[in-house]
Amino acid sequence: MQTAVLLITLLGMALVAAAFYVVVARSGPRDDDYSGITQQGYLIRRWWFLFLCGFGVLVSAWSLIPFPLQAGGVGAPRAIDVTGRMWSWDIASSSAQVGESVRFRVTSADVNHGFALYGPDDQIVAQTQAMPGYVNEVDVTFEQPGQYRVLCLEYCGLAHHAMAAEITVSEGS
Amino acid sequence: MATLQADYATPETERTPVVKLYLAIGLIVFAALMLVGVLMRAAQGASLSSIGPALFYQLMTLHGAGMVGTAGLAALAVNWYFLSRYVRLNPRVFLGALILSLVAVAMIVGAIMIGKFAAGWTFLYPLPANPLGQWGTGAALFFVAGLLVLGVAFLLVYLDMGLAIVRRYGSIARALGLPMLFGLERVDSAHPPTVVASAMVLIVNVAGIAAGAVVLVMTMLHLVFPALAPDALLMKNLIYFFGHVFINATIYSAVIAVYEILPLYARRPWKVSRPFLAAWLAVTLMVLAVYPHHLLMDFALPAWMAVMGQILSYTSGIPVLVVTAFGGLMLIYRSGIRWDAASSLLVLGLFGWAVGIVPAVIDGMISVNLVMHNTQWVPGHFHFYLLIGVVPMVLGFASYLGSNGEQGQTGRLGVGVFAVGAVLLCLTFLVSGANSVPRRFAVHEEAWQWLGNLGALSGGLVLIGTLMIALPILMRLPRARLSAV
Ligand code: HEM
Ligand SMILES: [Cu+2]
Ligand SMILES: [Cu+2]
Repeated sequence: MQTAVLLITLLGMALVAAAFYVVVARSGPRDDDYSGITQQGYLIRRWWFLFLCGFGVLVSAWSLIPFPLQAGGVGAPRAIDVTGRMWSWDIASSSAQVGESVRFRVTSADVNHGFALYGPDDQIVAQTQAMPGYVNEVDVTFEQPGQYRVLCLEYCGLAHHAMAAEITVSEGS
Repeated sequence: MATLQADYATPETERTPVVKLYLAIGLIVFAALMLVGVLMRAAQGASLSSIGPALFYQLMTLHGAGMVGTAGLAALAVNWYFLSRYVRLNPRVFLGALILSLVAVAMIVGAIMIGKFAAGWTFLYPLPANPLGQWGTGAALFFVAGLLVLGVAFLLVYLDMGLAIVRRYGSIARALGLPMLFGLERVDSAHPPTVVASAMVLIVNVAGIAAGAVVLVMTMLHLVFPALAPDALLMKNLIYFFGHVFINATIYSAVIAVYEILPLYARRPWKVSRPFLAAWLAVTLMVLAVYPHHLLMDFALPAWMAVMGQILSYTSGIPVLVVTAFGGLMLIYRSGIRWDAASSLLVLGLFGWAVGIVPAVIDGMISVNLVMHNTQWVPGHFHFYLLIGVVPMVLGFASYLGSNGEQGQTGRLGVGVFAVGAVLLCLTFLVSGANSVPRRFAVHEEAWQWLGNLGALSGGLVLIGTLMIALPILMRLPRARLSAV
């Protein structure tokens, strides 16, 4: 997921850069007929605008339906309560089976923390905020065996970077 | 018309001295805080072991608050300078705001460096009051009060600007061009884009700073009376509303330099039109409504807010890409423009702003945010806006005013060094984000450290480029007879 996001982003940025490059490279010699240039420009701009609108509608629909934060799996996933505090995690159960879906119910005992689940490949799988006074629920299906880690992704003071925990995911029987 | 204009405009002799002060201080502080940024990135690369976590988080708070405040003040100077061509502004208010800001800076720096306050520039409640011994209540109070004083300084200038605009244009809505947009008045192509932008900035930033003041006062009350504990989610909403609006107002103020100076280089006019006015109205509304994109990982909020955050964060980019960046490119195309330090910096600023939209919009998608939120992807995208957007706009403005853009070989080389370093630095952040490297981590795992070191080197380039551009300006600024714009 992250690699795809990075590549798409770099592509989009390269397109913007290319547009700037092309125009800057053609900044001279001077053409005094600016109204001619604007007429052409406005035409391009209209299509550019329509393209951005259409593209936005498509991407929004594709990425919002179904709503990405709803539980994906069938059946009621196992609930695991998580409490963050300065500077440790309290996780009700720290083992799971491959293929199992769990619902983390995340809160905080003091300040804001960020519950981020890292897979065995050290990439974030999912996250939610750990807030005092609120419980945020995030559903995760463990797809790989190995050590998952929980890091804190909301700045919470001196040992914010050291606030880690582990969850062991084993092959099912 | 010419006499009318002169009646309203601020007298030429009053326009420049205070702006020079703002710029001189701004350039020096930018450079100093860049050094702080380099130190942080080097600490993340583990090549600076002398910066432990406590100091790192103090520097992070200093860099964040300092950069946001300095960028805000520098952009305010851009806005003030050009708006003062069209309406009569009071330089004493502007100077007073600078003095107040310096008081605020002293309070903020003192709180961080002496009081060890390190809750980040966003002072996310209730962290300021829960430091687990890291800093005292006094330090937190000083920091929060410092921000409040800074906010008051801005509001004073905005009050003066608002009154002056109303005196000349009748109302803020008219300055924004609403009657022209809705066909109640004919489109007057002599209506300055600067006035439109100023009206937008006034509307959003007064609202933003007001929300900021509310949350600052609530934070102070909580610090003094811990039993008064406001709701954490409410505070978060207020803080991100304020932070988002403020930093956006900064960008939209700084871009005035592009609107005013680039046409002089291109020898072509940048005029208001219906699409231009529509874009600025849209931007006004969207800047106020889009802040939930910072709260996509707060599932306790209603889902419609997240959906709105995602959609508006996409649509917010459209006016920039379709009107401002596009308009700038049209202006340049076959214009025979002279490429010197100032013109290159202004176009670089436009580029940084436009290109930063891509990673920002992508991170504004809920499904992406689920894995990118609070990774270094976030500083990645906003350093595009700020470091490659706002800073070059301010530098370009300073170069034009101080040296008429003519900074010779050194100036052009400086811009090149700056651009290469800045793009590289931003890319190290984005690549780190894609590797799930968290933001705001004092200590990075070994696998991430090469990115920190590369970032520190790139940041060093940025600093060198900045100094190559800024030092000659600073030496000349006191004597410079500012260009007649
Ligand atoms: C040489 C140039 C710069 C370098 C090397 C640099 C470096 C950094 C680093 C390492 C961070 C912390 C990233 C993290 O969360 O892990 C950071 C954060 C930040 N920077 Fe910069 N930066 C530079 C320029 C700027 C400029 C010009 C601005 C604004 C005008 C800026 C605004 C910020 C802000 C607002 C933060 C967020 C602080 C926080 O998370 O609390 N930076 N920068
Ligand atoms: Cu934390
Ligand atoms: Cu924002």
